[in-house]
Amino acid sequence: MSIESLYRDESGRILATLIRLVGDFDLAEEVMHDAFAAALEQWSGHGVPDNPRAWLVATAKHKAIDRLRRDVRFRERQDELAHWAALEEGAAPDFADPRDGSIADDRLRLIFTCCHPALSLEARVALTLKTLGGLTTEEIARAFLVPAPTMAQRLVRAKQKIRLAGIPYRAPPEAELPERLDGVLTTLYLIFNEGYAASSGAELVRSDLCAEAIGLARTLVGLLPRSTEARAVLALMLLHDSRRATRANPDGDLVLLENQERGLWDTEEIREGLSLTESALREGGPGYYALQAAIAALHAEAKHPSETDWPQIAALYGELLRRFPSPVVELNHAAAVAEAHGAGEGLRLLDALDASGRLPDYHRLPAARAQLLARLGRAEDAATAYRRALALVGNESERRFLERELARVSAPTL
Amino acid sequence: MRYLLLIYDAESQWAGLNESQKGQMFQEYMTFTESIKKSGHWLAGQQLQPIASATTVRIRNGRMTTTDGPFAETREQLGGFYMIEASNLDEATAIAARVPSAKIGSIEVRPIVERAG
Repeated sequence: MSIESLYRDESGRILATLIRLVGDFDLAEEVMHDAFAAALEQWSGHGVPDNPRAWLVATAKHKAIDRLRRDVRFRERQDELAHWAALEEGAAPDFADPRDGSIADDRLRLIFTCCHPALSLEARVALTLKTLGGLTTEEIARAFLVPAPTMAQRLVRAKQKIRLAGIPYRAPPEAELPERLDGVLTTLYLIFNEGYAASSGAELVRSDLCAEAIGLARTLVGLLPRSTEARAVLALMLLHDSRRATRANPDGDLVLLENQERGLWDTEEIREGLSLTESALREGGPGYYALQAAIAALHAEAKHPSETDWPQIAALYGELLRRFPSPVVELNHAAAVAEAHGAGEGLRLLDALDASGRLPDYHRLPAARAQLLARLGRAEDAATAYRRALALVGNESERRFLERELARVSAPTL
Repeated sequence: MRYLLLIYDAESQWAGLNESQKGQMFQEYMTFTESIKKSGHWLAGQQLQPIASATTVRIRNGRMTTTDGPFAETREQLGGFYMIEASNLDEATAIAARVPSAKIGSIEVRPIVERAG
């Protein structure tokens, strides 16, 4: 195994263990890099040791002890001394033994710490990608379209908050698990969506984000096999990701679900997504992500747009709305109702949502209204709604789509 | 670690309570304080007089100015505090959630700077 592939595949796991052993994110990161540097030097002469991961953890641990010994500030402090003593005794996990649960435990601890609700969502995302995903600060900055120093600052602040506020490095006790898991799932799904919503510009890096989120969700499912919502989030990501290649045309323009080349959908991802959705619903019932996965599954199962089971999709959105009310779900529900029970019925729901003023700046609401107005033959009203959507839209590819639609409804009919 | 729990709630809301509701809130605070004293988390805690009694002091260009009122006008006002000992943020927030005012106001949880020696 080369050091490069070891770094890529194992640095997340090694870092999780080191954070537990040394009790500090920054120190753990530094000594892990020291250990990899030492490996580069020593393994070329002596060859790769039998258990390279255990070697790296042991080496990093010694580097940490050296650093603490040299650091006068630490020596003056009684609590650091106690910490140091614990470090010298602290057992590193047995990487050779797949039954050693402490590796998985460390990984779970790190996930829950990086996604702690006391951290802002953007801090959670950055920290998760950095420490669990092993992405560099520059890569994360590019993916979120912020300058690298801004992202570096965000990471420093997040780690500072963990240290200063006393955020514990642990997985939550059973009683707090459902609520804390929510924070983790929200973070992972946000990472996925950040990658999925992009269709131009930094596209390559951003499809990496989809893969990263799926990988992390897969890890979480492995660590918490009984959590049906973790399974559902993985299912939802896979089902969306199966369509990624067909969501934009070669010019980077958005292609609507009904116009996508369904033959190009990733059948392997669909197969896995469907089976995960089914088991999540069967064992866990209608959870927030399970319901969304069920909706995505119905789309994935339709070989042709006309085969889509819209009444069932509308019913699932209705259930989602009843259990987890939000204006965005209300919007999606109305759109599904329009497909299942007629444009007039859908428009009635959208108008009510519009009048409530609960989604004032979201371009998808006027865009959805415009679509139904056009379908009902009210071209002028549709054009007005498209103009309103255009005033609010941010994404370039969606803007071009709306402009095309506006031109279509504004064209004089023959 | 030591944490300060800053209790923010709307004084107007308090003023709107009748005598028996005030009595019940007072009782809830007594019970809560007693329980965190017993569990060893309590270090200190006080209720503050209403912000109508607040005075803000500043020194600018070497001159002291004294003004009536709180440092900042906000929807919710600082009405009291607890200082607690907790092993980490999770324990501190779990205690903060039990402060009776958490149900109507907000509890800000702030770690205290610990200096060696």
